Amino acid sequence: MSEINQEITPEVAQKTEVKAQPKVFYSEIVENGLWKQNPGLVQLLGLCPTLAMTVSLVNGFSLGVMTALVMAASNASVAPIRQWVPTEIRIPVFILIIAALVTMIDLSMHAYLQSLHAVLGIFIPLIVTNCIVLARVEAFAAKNPVVPSALDGFMMGFGLALVLATLGGVREIIGKGTLFSGIDLVFGPSAKSLVLNVIPDYQGFLLAILPPGAFIGLALLIAVRNWMAQRKVAREAAAPTSANLVAP
Amino acid sequence: MSRSPYLSGAPSVSVIMVKVMLALVPAIAAYVWVFGAGILVVLALASVTALAAEALMLKLRNRPIKPFLMDGSALLAAWLLALSLPPLAPWWLVVVGTLFAIVIAKQLYGGLGYNPFNPAMVGYAVLLISFPVIMTHWPAPLELAQANLSFANQLQYIFGASNGLSLDAVSMATPLDYLKTQLTLHHSVQEITSAPQFGLLGAQGGEWVVGAYLLGGLYLLQQRLITWHLPTAFLSVLALIAGAFYLVDATHFAHPLFHLFTGASMLGAFFIITDPVSGPTTPKGKLVFAAGIAVLTYLIRVYGGYPDGVAFSVLLMNMCVPLIDAWTQPRVFGHKK
Repeated sequence: MSEINQEITPEVAQKTEVKAQPKVFYSEIVENGLWKQNPGLVQLLGLCPTLAMTVSLVNGFSLGVMTALVMAASNASVAPIRQWVPTEIRIPVFILIIAALVTMIDLSMHAYLQSLHAVLGIFIPLIVTNCIVLARVEAFAAKNPVVPSALDGFMMGFGLALVLATLGGVREIIGKGTLFSGIDLVFGPSAKSLVLNVIPDYQGFLLAILPPGAFIGLALLIAVRNWMAQRKVAREAAAPTSANLVAP
Repeated sequence: MSRSPYLSGAPSVSVIMVKVMLALVPAIAAYVWVFGAGILVVLALASVTALAAEALMLKLRNRPIKPFLMDGSALLAAWLLALSLPPLAPWWLVVVGTLFAIVIAKQLYGGLGYNPFNPAMVGYAVLLISFPVIMTHWPAPLELAQANLSFANQLQYIFGASNGLSLDAVSMATPLDYLKTQLTLHHSVQEITSAPQFGLLGAQGGEWVVGAYLLGGLYLLQQRLITWHLPTAFLSVLALIAGAFYLVDATHFAHPLFHLFTGASMLGAFFIITDPVSGPTTPKGKLVFAAGIAVLTYLIRVYGGYPDGVAFSVLLMNMCVPLIDAWTQPRVFGHKK
């Protein structure tokens, strides 16, 4: 067992050394999390909360932020012990760490954001089983030092939170005609005035609130993202040729 | 794949679509006769929305606009959706349903020939799930209506300027709906069907529209635009199940003819399930497909949460089409099984 570890560790060290040109590396992590490898729109990991909890913007974003916190913490805790975790049992070890962190988040939410905790309910403890958390621990934190790992966890989680917020916002506007409903669960009853009635006298479009609305909405978001990415590629491909045309 | 011989000279898409729309004309005429001319406005609204949405989507997808727009497939989907809606549906309901049918169910899946689900039924199902109250409020047929609805009144309902005229005043539970709610109140079918909205076979007034669908369907059969498999299998299986239940307990289950002549049975049998794109292609597959829709329709009508079940049944069976087609491939001549 120790042999395997010895074999892997130098490899990992090499990889980090190769990539360790700080500036490019960090901005790459940020870009990967928010856009290139966005967990919600590209990797399609962690779809259970994405589909179930995005009935409103506040619900979606709060669950996303909680996930981001768990991901940053779990990546940061796995990275320093990565050399000592035997490969064969790394998954149970990682899950135990994640479960401990999620329990902490769950209990502190119960203590300080009781009403939001009641709304998000089972989906807070379920962050443990969210595959994006384990995926980043396994794919990144197990191979990289602490600081980049923590950043990667947070950025991946934040990218997911943005998707959850967008999907929640779209579904809320189309489904109920409001925005930020339930914000009083986060900031107390005085925040209730922040709820926007985007469409007054709206009868509601039930489909957007129902589960099919989540699937259709997510599919449309993915389509928009792919369309934007394709357009960017096309524009980059077009740019050098026009430069070539001008040059000679 | 359908079977050889692949004879040439098949009619073009637009000819087929025009003939199908022609087959719908008697039903539309009956509709106007029974429910008033408001349906024409709904049809026009759906058609304009469908054509605009189709053109916009084709442009966004960089496809040639004119040939696809002229094939009439979007128009037909819009008509089928409009004929499934309550005749006094508010304008936004028609627009939302048509947009969903054309933009999401048809064009986003790749346009004509690529949509796995029947666009008109997707639009209908979306509306029924999202706006159950409006979608189950059918105006009473003109001969049963207490308030006399002029064409101008109907326009007011459609464009939302009803000036305090509530739809409740002119609407009436459809026979399927009424039957369902009254059965839960322990009335017998015989008592229930003596209510004024029940006609000789199906709904008072509505049965003329249903008869006109049958007429249009026979024209389609005669023109060989559809084969006998789908309508026959659908109607006979529906009648068979309804008949079996009726024979066992006639106080709780309606007569099979009632099931054939109410709701969307006839419209479904000849115009909806015969959609060549979202349906199966093999003859045996068509029988399986139509029988499945009939079973599901009956189950939803009798045990489900909605009064009618044709739309949901069609969508559910659409999902099974690739499987049905794969299982029912005819044996190629000369090959062993």
